[in-house]
This record gives sequence, C-alpha cells and structure tokens, in this order.
Amino acid sequence: MSFDVAAIRGQFPILSEIIDGLPVHYLDNGASAQTPLAVMDAVRHYETTGRANVLRGVHRLAERATESYENARAQVATFLGVPTMEVVFTGGCTAAINLVAFSYGSLLKPGDRILLSELEHHSNIVPWQLLRSRAGIELDMLPVTTDGRIDLSALPRLLTPKTKLVSLAHVSNVTGALLDVRTVVESAKAVGAKVMLDGAQRAPHGPLDLPSLGIDFYAVAGHKAYGPNGIGALWGRPELMEAMPPFMGGGSMIGRVTLAETTWAPSPRRFEAGTPPIGPAIGLGAACAWMETLDWAGAHDHEMALVQRLMDGLQEIDGTQLFGPASLQNRYPVVSFMLDGVHPHDVAQTLDSFGVAVRAGHHCAQPLMDRFDLDGTTRVSMAPYNDNGDIDALLAGVAHAAKTLR
Amino acid sequence: MSDQLYQERIVALAKAKSGAGKLENPTRTVRRDNPLCGDRVILDVRLDDEGRIAEIGHQVRGCLLCQASASALSAVAVGRDAAGIAELRHDAERALGREPGETHEPFDAFAPVAAHKARQDCVLLPLEALKDALS
Repeated sequence: MSFDVAAIRGQFPILSEIIDGLPVHYLDNGASAQTPLAVMDAVRHYETTGRANVLRGVHRLAERATESYENARAQVATFLGVPTMEVVFTGGCTAAINLVAFSYGSLLKPGDRILLSELEHHSNIVPWQLLRSRAGIELDMLPVTTDGRIDLSALPRLLTPKTKLVSLAHVSNVTGALLDVRTVVESAKAVGAKVMLDGAQRAPHGPLDLPSLGIDFYAVAGHKAYGPNGIGALWGRPELMEAMPPFMGGGSMIGRVTLAETTWAPSPRRFEAGTPPIGPAIGLGAACAWMETLDWAGAHDHEMALVQRLMDGLQEIDGTQLFGPASLQNRYPVVSFMLDGVHPHDVAQTLDSFGVAVRAGHHCAQPLMDRFDLDGTTRVSMAPYNDNGDIDALLAGVAHAAKTLR
Repeated sequence: MSDQLYQERIVALAKAKSGAGKLENPTRTVRRDNPLCGDRVILDVRLDDEGRIAEIGHQVRGCLLCQASASALSAVAVGRDAAGIAELRHDAERALGREPGETHEPFDAFAPVAAHKARQDCVLLPLEALKDALS
C-alpha cells in the first residue's frame, strides 16, 4: 500500500484550518513541527486526570504523574534505541547541548579542543564559545562544501590528540544534508575524541538506533518532533554521564544535602534539577510513540518525492538557485533556495499571502551565511503530512514573487 | 492570495534606490544591524556647518521594505537636522500605526506594513541608523 498522506493529515487538526481565508500549507517544520491529536490527548489526559508533581508525593495523583513521566522517558528511549534511564529530559535541544557544554565541558582543561563545523546552528556554536571563555579551550571548525555538506576530508587535519569532543549536526537545518556519522566516529575515536550529534532536524524523520552510531551524546528537540514546546532530550553514554557534574542545582538531583555539602543523584536525575516540564515530557513521549506507528520507509520516499517536485518546480522559475545537495541521497527534506533580486524575507512574506509558511533568513546559522556570502535563504522544511498541494502552492507563490518584486 | 503588503508604491520606492551608494567624503558613517532577520544598513552622511544633512548615501543588505525605507528617507533627508529627522521618524511611526495622526509622503507608502508587526523594524532600521549618524 502506498503511503497514506491523507490519513496522517487527518491526525493534525491545524492542517485543515482556514486562517484569514487561506488554507494552511505548513512548510516550516524545521522551525517547529505541528502536533498530532495523540500528543494533545496525552497532555490533556495528564492535565485532567493526573496533574501533580513527580517523584516525591505519595498521593495517587503524584503516583499517576510520576508513572506518566517515567513512561514518557521509556517512550523516548525506545524511539532512540537506548535504555530508559539513559535519557535525560531537558528544556529543549539547546538546553541539552548547553548541559553537555557545561557538565562535560567542566572536565576539560585549558588547551583542549572541540571540533564543530561551519554549518552548525547557533545552539551548537555559542555554548562552546561560552565554554571557551570559561575554560580556555579552543574551537576548530570543519569547512562546508559548496553543496552544503560538512567537508569531512578536513577531519585528519583538524582532529588532534587535544580534540576531546566533535559536536555536529546530524542533519543540517539549512541544507538538509545528512552527516556521514560513521566516518566522523571512526576518525574521532582514532584520536580519543567523543562525538555529540545535534539531532534536532533528524529526530522528526523517524526512530533512531543510537548505539549503532557509535556516538557519545545525542540531543533532541521536542517541538520539532511533533511534541510540545519547552521539552527536549539528551542521551549520553552512561559512563560519561556518571562522571559529569550537575548542570543546575536544586531539588530532585541530589543524593543527600547538608549545609556543609551535597551529593548528587545518579543520571538522569542528576541532570533534572527542580520540577521538570512534566506535561511537555509526557507530550514528547506520546510524540515518540506516535512516530513509532508510522511507515518511515514510505514516509521517506514520500518526503523525497516532495523534495524532487520542489526542486523541479523551482528550476522552472527564472533566477532560482538551490543551496544544498542537489541529489536525494543522504539528505532529509529541508531545501534552501535563493531567488535572484528578491530578498528571502520578501519571498517568505509573499508566500504567506498564499497561505504557505516557510522560514527565511539566516536560520540561526550566520557563520554559514557568511561563508557563502548570502543575505539568507528561503527554507522549505517538510514533514510526512505535507503533500503535493503544499509544494504547488509554494511554487505559485515563488513565481508570483519573481514576477512582482524585481 | 490574501492582503497585499508589497503595494506598488513600496516596490517603486525600493526600485528607485534614491541615495543608494557610498559617499566620497562622508562626515559620518554608521552601520545598523537587525540581529533577528540579518538586515544591515550602512549610511554615509555629509553634514553642513550647521549640522544639517548635505548629502546621504546608503548601502542596504536587506529586504525590500528596508530598501524602500532607505530610499524614501534619502529622498527627503537633505536639509534636515536631527530634529527634522526625528519628525520623519514620527511620520514613519504613524504610517505603521504605532502613533496616532496623519502621515505624509513618502512614509505614508508604508501604511500596508501596519498589519505586519514582524516587518516594522525593517522599515525603521534606516531611520535608526540615521539617528545614530546625527547623535
């Protein structure tokens, strides 16, 4: 049976809304994906039948809340292919990367090096720059090829015995390029460096098997993976997490507190200080469980067919230029383009008047824009619920912008 | 399609590119960036002995609204001092619906932006830059 897009769309109420007289052609999934009923139902169920704080209370609502929260951890862990108690809930993907930058970073010494790339999202650059200021470490940057992939041929030059961590985007939020994780891990391990992947753009496209990747840390954004805002997840190799000091102090993350000193709870509690975002965590668990129900091979083929339709259609419009891989291999459905003589924000604004939501600008990747001397790009980022109608509406809008704005 | 932000007058202002380019011997050069969208304006001004704008040149790396605003500003800035530029700022604010009152040419062209709050800073960026240049 072919991939049933209509059945998936039916699970996302917002996609059938008419807003200001326009249909919703939502192609800004790379910024935030939409949320299926299953997620909304799970959060509502918690709020209406089991709302309480977790871990400490003995009353039945507290027990329900704790059970739901820990069940959500199990759902996220299943999605990532790791043991349940190796998953830490965070405030988001940015929070997860900051956690590693702070806690793993506190184990580093002046002169140690961290290897990033020029296409990273600011959230995988700035936390390391902050660490550099605090700890005197050095940052190195892998260059990017003209087709928007991290240039791994530079790995031998940039990896040194001083390199302690390589932190890269699993999938680029600008070009959609998929990282060749195997090559990165092999090269990093050869010099004893750990590997962290920013999975914000990969997690929304199906279950993962993190142990098979051979990496050490993985960060996920809830709201990009059909879950609520304010929640993310971090997976870390247990021996590393156990050696890391806490990121934040507070309740729930302690072993024993006296006025003289405090001992830490084991991970994941050590890294979940204070009352966690319980409802959002339950929502993320539901989102992961929902994703497990999809035919991802079919979804991927469908998404790549949309990418092809988009790329073919853009080529028909005079003055468009793709920024990113031209092929459908080793990529995910994020496509950036420029329209000669029209600023990306004006393209996006015109598209909005066609009911098409995209993102335009630097995509929190200013070093990448600087590298290619770009004002920005217009970015189309897709999810399995997108269809040909979304792409055709977008193409009509781009053609209109080309005709009227230059 | 729904409402038209890019009405003819705005597009015409952007295409006119009044004052686009660098000045040979500017009295002051200022740069203003919008960190949210990445728009960038570099303004050169040459001032006369009384602090009035004698000549203005702008380089805009930004969207059509920012280009149109820089063009509109350049068309009416010459001969004005800081107080005169502040008047233009109020005119722009009125066009955007952020202040009450009537607005005048050329900033009345930006009235369609009143309905697009997220784009209003694009219009105001050149005015911010010119304020810096005169302060």
